Amino acid sequence: MKNDLELLGRQVGWEQRSYWRNPAAAGFSFVFPILIMVIFATTNGNGKIAELGNISYTQYYIPAIVAFGIMGVTFTNLAITVTFKREAGTLKRVRGAPLPSWIYLGGLIGNSIVVGILLTALVIAFGIIAYGVSIPGNIAALVVTLAVGAACFCAMGLAVTTVVPNADAAPAIVNLVFFPLLFISGTFFPISKGSVLTKIAGVFPVRHFITGTFAAFDPHAHSSLRGGDLLVMVGWGAVAMLVANRRFRWEASTT
Amino acid sequence: MAVAVAVDGLRKSYGTVEAVKGVTFSIEEGEVFALLGPNGAGKTTIVEILEGYRKRSAGTVEVLGMDPEKSSRRLKERIGIVLQESTTEPYLTVEEVLRQRTYWYPNPSNVDDVIALVGLEEKRRARLRTLSGGQQRRLDLALGLIGNPDLIFLDEPTTGFDPSARRASWVIIRNLCSLGKTVLLTTHYMDEAQHLANRVAVISGGVFVAEGTPDSLGGRNQAAVHIRFSLPDGITVHDLPIPARPDAAAGDVVIETQEPTAALARLTGWAVERRLELPGLSVTRPTLEDVYLELAGDPTDGAAADTTKATATTKATGTTKVTDATKAAS
Ligand SMILES: Nc1ncnc2c1ncn2[C@@H]1O[C@H](COP(=O)(O)OP(=O)(O)OP(=O)(O)O)[C@@H](O)[C@H]1O
Ligand SMILES: [Mg+2]
Repeated sequence: MKNDLELLGRQVGWEQRSYWRNPAAAGFSFVFPILIMVIFATTNGNGKIAELGNISYTQYYIPAIVAFGIMGVTFTNLAITVTFKREAGTLKRVRGAPLPSWIYLGGLIGNSIVVGILLTALVIAFGIIAYGVSIPGNIAALVVTLAVGAACFCAMGLAVTTVVPNADAAPAIVNLVFFPLLFISGTFFPISKGSVLTKIAGVFPVRHFITGTFAAFDPHAHSSLRGGDLLVMVGWGAVAMLVANRRFRWEASTT
Repeated sequence: MAVAVAVDGLRKSYGTVEAVKGVTFSIEEGEVFALLGPNGAGKTTIVEILEGYRKRSAGTVEVLGMDPEKSSRRLKERIGIVLQESTTEPYLTVEEVLRQRTYWYPNPSNVDDVIALVGLEEKRRARLRTLSGGQQRRLDLALGLIGNPDLIFLDEPTTGFDPSARRASWVIIRNLCSLGKTVLLTTHYMDEAQHLANRVAVISGGVFVAEGTPDSLGGRNQAAVHIRFSLPDGITVHDLPIPARPDAAAGDVVIETQEPTAALARLTGWAVERRLELPGLSVTRPTLEDVYLELAGDPTDGAAADTTKATATTKATGTTKVTDATKAAS
């Protein structure tokens, strides 16, 4: 077991090496959130959000972008990477080697998590320094929320590969699932509480990840750990895990 | 000698297509066994069942005493796999992917040795996406060897190699068996099977149509010898002292005989007496390729398993085909 953990650590290391050498992937999941943050923060300048107790736009965006970034490196990145590796035959080759499959996938997941941590630190530091965002009130709550969110979206990323037929379709399908949810979940602009869209968004984990992360930053929140949000994410994560466990494919389909 | 691979009554269906229709064979430890057959014959299917990738429909299979369907770590530690299709970890280098693999196996080979063995020294720091097709295949071979396996599966390992790389990989494979390793190899190249294999099985349409040493395959060592030459001016087939058959495709005549020495003596004696020269005189035994074409049927018709029909067509068109295939191979 100790050896397996050491092996897992090494796999994460190799995936990291590979990740940073691929400008496209690194660019998409790393640079993109920061770019979005800068653009939105600049266009909305010094506006305040009345509905959320007159906090500044940037105070809203930073947590939203933290959540967005983590979803990008877990859900989007993992789903596309795994599909590509499956279609290219890399997963098949790994299956023929004695490395336990969970360690290989663990390496990919670990890579996403490392990138997610870096990205989170960068976005928060940027928010504090450039926009004077208040430091998350409850770091522990933030860590727990981000960890649960990351786990949920990793599982969802693996689950979604089971419905992606081939590598060409991967980015399209993944983004088709992801972007509408991002929009209605208030990632790019705050959405009003009682609206229909919000109710729809409330079914999915994206909305809960955003509100959960926001709560950890929110200067007005009573409690910075939102159990309800966590529960929804755990639920989706568990279902995704079941789907992935049942239907995950290691080889390109031949049909 | 222990048995490395034992296969009995193996069958595999894909839906309604029966790709392997009851195949039985075994491979001894230290042996190089070649599966030879046309496209779609079932070679990859058999190999991937042995590797644990596919489930068999019927029959028993033992690989190093284990059932590959159980997919055990212990079995995977002892086998090396070179798949028919290549794949890359595009952003890592040759050295890095091999180094990575050394952590996966309990008893790996030395990275530098393996790189040298497959002749990729110059590319050791190259990212995999920059490798040429043939270099990629050499890396595939390296990846199959890095775990220091006892049993190696090679599915068309030299397809896409230039002739010198092919020779070089033959040396590698021969070295492997001198180390006591067992090799199961599939190939389309007759010379490869001839050169490497202790035993060859020809598969066509999911069944073995012949099995034996490369020299004896299909009764090659007992088959008729062909004496060929062009007719000198003014001579017809009927003037010859022994029965001969004109071969329109090659534009010459053929004498098929079990006693080539006597036949040659009569023929040349007859010619010398008449002060005739026999242009293009040659004596050949059927090559493994001839035997293969006869056994496997028309190589462009993947499903041909009807040996008698195949024999008839080969008689008529065999010569040109052999020539084409030889050109393509060189
Ligand atoms: N996954 C699959 N699903 C359905 N049919 C398949 C599958 N794999 C192989 N077949 C069919 O089984 C038959 C044998 O295929 P196989 O790949 O084993 O041939 P092969 O001898 O390796 O051929 P080649 O020389 O072209 O590599 C073919 O008719 C092929 O179409
Ligand atoms: Mg094949």
